[in-house]
Amino acid sequence: MNSLILLIPISLAMGAIGVVVFLWTLRSDQYEDLSGDAERILYAEDRPIVPKDQNTARKHKETAR
Amino acid sequence: MPPLRARHGTDGLKNFKNNIISCERKPSPHPSERYDAVPSLTPETPQLIALSAPSIRCGSCVAMIEKTLRELPQIDAVRVNLTNRRIEIRTLRQDSDLDGILSVLARIGHPATLIDAADQQDTGKDAIGSAMLRAIAVAGFGAMNVMLLSVSVWSGADGAMRGLFHVLSAMIAVPIVAYSGRFFLISAWTALRSGRMNMDVPIALALVMALGLSLFETLRNGEDVFFDAALTLTFFLLIGRYLDHRMRCRARNAMAGLSKLSVKTALEVRTGGQVHPVAAADILPDMVLRIPAGERMPVDVRVLRGSTDLDRALVTGESLPISAAPGDEIEAGAMNLTGPIDVLALRHVSDSFVADMTRMLATAEEGRGRYVRIADRVSRIYAPLIHILAASTFLGWVLATGDWQRSAFIAISVLIITCPCALALAVPVAHVVAAGRLMRDGILMKDGSALERLAQIDQVTFDKTGTLTQGMSMPRTNLKMETQTVAALAELAGSSTHPAARAIAESLPPPPENLGNITETPGFGVEGLLPDGRRARLGRASWVREIASEDCSGEGPAFCLEAAPMMRVPLRETLRADAEIAVAALMEAGIPCEILSGDGDGPVTRIATRLGGLNCLYELDPAGKVGRLQALAKAGHRVLMVGDGLNDTPALAAAHVSMSPASATDAGRAAADFVFLRPSLQAVPVALRLARRTARVVRQNFGLAVLYNCVAIPLAIAGYVTPLVAAIAMSSSSILVVANSLRLNSIAKSRDRSRNWRPQNEIPA
Repeated sequence: MNSLILLIPISLAMGAIGVVVFLWTLRSDQYEDLSGDAERILYAEDRPIVPKDQNTARKHKETAR
Repeated sequence: MPPLRARHGTDGLKNFKNNIISCERKPSPHPSERYDAVPSLTPETPQLIALSAPSIRCGSCVAMIEKTLRELPQIDAVRVNLTNRRIEIRTLRQDSDLDGILSVLARIGHPATLIDAADQQDTGKDAIGSAMLRAIAVAGFGAMNVMLLSVSVWSGADGAMRGLFHVLSAMIAVPIVAYSGRFFLISAWTALRSGRMNMDVPIALALVMALGLSLFETLRNGEDVFFDAALTLTFFLLIGRYLDHRMRCRARNAMAGLSKLSVKTALEVRTGGQVHPVAAADILPDMVLRIPAGERMPVDVRVLRGSTDLDRALVTGESLPISAAPGDEIEAGAMNLTGPIDVLALRHVSDSFVADMTRMLATAEEGRGRYVRIADRVSRIYAPLIHILAASTFLGWVLATGDWQRSAFIAISVLIITCPCALALAVPVAHVVAAGRLMRDGILMKDGSALERLAQIDQVTFDKTGTLTQGMSMPRTNLKMETQTVAALAELAGSSTHPAARAIAESLPPPPENLGNITETPGFGVEGLLPDGRRARLGRASWVREIASEDCSGEGPAFCLEAAPMMRVPLRETLRADAEIAVAALMEAGIPCEILSGDGDGPVTRIATRLGGLNCLYELDPAGKVGRLQALAKAGHRVLMVGDGLNDTPALAAAHVSMSPASATDAGRAAADFVFLRPSLQAVPVALRLARRTARVVRQNFGLAVLYNCVAIPLAIAGYVTPLVAAIAMSSSSILVVANSLRLNSIAKSRDRSRNWRPQNEIPA
């Protein structure tokens, strides 16, 4: 019985996290171009995992989007 | 639009100079002028440009465009959207060189057009779609959690525990139904207020009743509550609604990308000979305009200076270009082919030929407004029926038992279980699957009602020019000339951009370059000098006759070497790809076809004969076409109109349902229910087959829903429906209907394979 006091909020919170994450993906326009995103991964240029300088770091971020 | 990433801040100054230069050398009235109308801040403000490039087709196009554009100095960030075939660009400055960007894109094989600010608002961010998605997510969250609590109750939670679960469910369900169910509640309310009945009325009633009853039961610590039913209903129904909405959005986006024909700017010739760009809407009568070759007339005009040839195929349906000289009047929309002309604007753009067509279109559309979608027709019968059923259940139980509370509970459970979940999904899911299927075949559909109407047709009328035919060609067989003469003809023809000349050049082998001094006289023809000093002419008969030794009558452009007999080059219209097969397939399906054309007797009859002796009407003006369609409608026929021209626009709107090729005018595409992107006319029978199959699936879905009700309603009236039964019955009926609709996809696929359907390239728009 006492376990429910803990378990119900946990299950609700987990559901709520799911909703919030979905709303975030929606807000950041991740569903705008689904077919494009699927293709993009094939054409992303190879880059060193550890960026060499500031400039590449920025470019890296850019393509990662 | 994903957030665009800044590339570099320091490039700004370097580009400042570039941009000044680019602005100075750009007096053209190009799309960039239109963009300037967008509220501009300071020149340093980054500018967002949205371009539509229909040729984007795969990931490598995306990678290439982004790479190429990113290298341009003035561009800050680029993002290509493959789904909408759009390019979004952020430039460093407001007055960037748009022409430069467009020409770079054209060079790498992706010609793009600017999306108008007005269209952009229309098709940019889909606010309603996002709101629906949010509502779906929230409803899904609620449904899952309440279901979790309900399952505990159903598996035996009792006493205080059950009460706690019910209160928790209520706290989740009430706000979520209010938030996510607002689409149905608002729609039902507006329908009721205007005295109409739609599918949302029983839905909203079921939602509200389920919540009200459950709240009441919760308060009095009752046994059965329907919170989970209310939430799963909202969840399922919203998915159906969202799919429907998305289908229409996608079609609209795809169509916005096709827009390229309409004239938005023109060149005004001021006193002193200076030329200024002027927006089409600002053209006043008596203004003098210069129309370069390759442009369309923005308004109705009269020619002042110069002569040229006009392509009126999209305006009147005439297949052969006509010549125009000073004094001639030209309708808006006609294309100037060969030489620049100065013209006098006769009317304001709102009084011109295009506007006339728009007005006729509006009147013609009124007739179609009477069509009631099948779902609404069903709900008109269904909604009152279940309301009466619930009311009589209540009365019956009160009379039989005298227990008000129990009677109300049973009556409301009747309403909940008959909530048209499966009915509301039956139509949109089938239509969405069909629309996806059509899109893969290169056919865009405006909305689901078009598919319903297409399934009903019993006659097809075709426009000729541009729909059944595409351009012209020269039949090779009946040219009896020496090789030298043929070479001269081919070379003359090859030097002109006139469509007739193009057609001749394309059907002849490429000539050696023998002629000298080739000149084109707009409105008359092309002339060149043979190596022996004689002249050769190709063009209008009266002009070619001047150098001929002997006259010759006949059809088509005339050709002659100086002091030799004149000859005529016969031209035939080429049929659109697969026109014969498509017409034959329609006839085989028992659907008579007819040609309604604005062109003359000869060309129309020739095409009709080639297509197997179709009935044809020629020299029809736009009103004549509408009249013919209305006569057919009065005789009880439901007609599909296939056309592309401006003169077809009212007819497209007047027909029961209409299709147009992607090459049609903007107005034509706007009036048509379907637009096919590939050159093949097979699109017509393909769409018809799918529409009929969809109609069958929709009927099956309704059958399933009725079957479900036949089982569920007696149970509910007898008082056997518990929340558990309701949850199982409603979900399973919805899933059954969705699964049946998905079958449409697989049927269509296997049939296509067996018919050996070959996919064709889409028109590079």
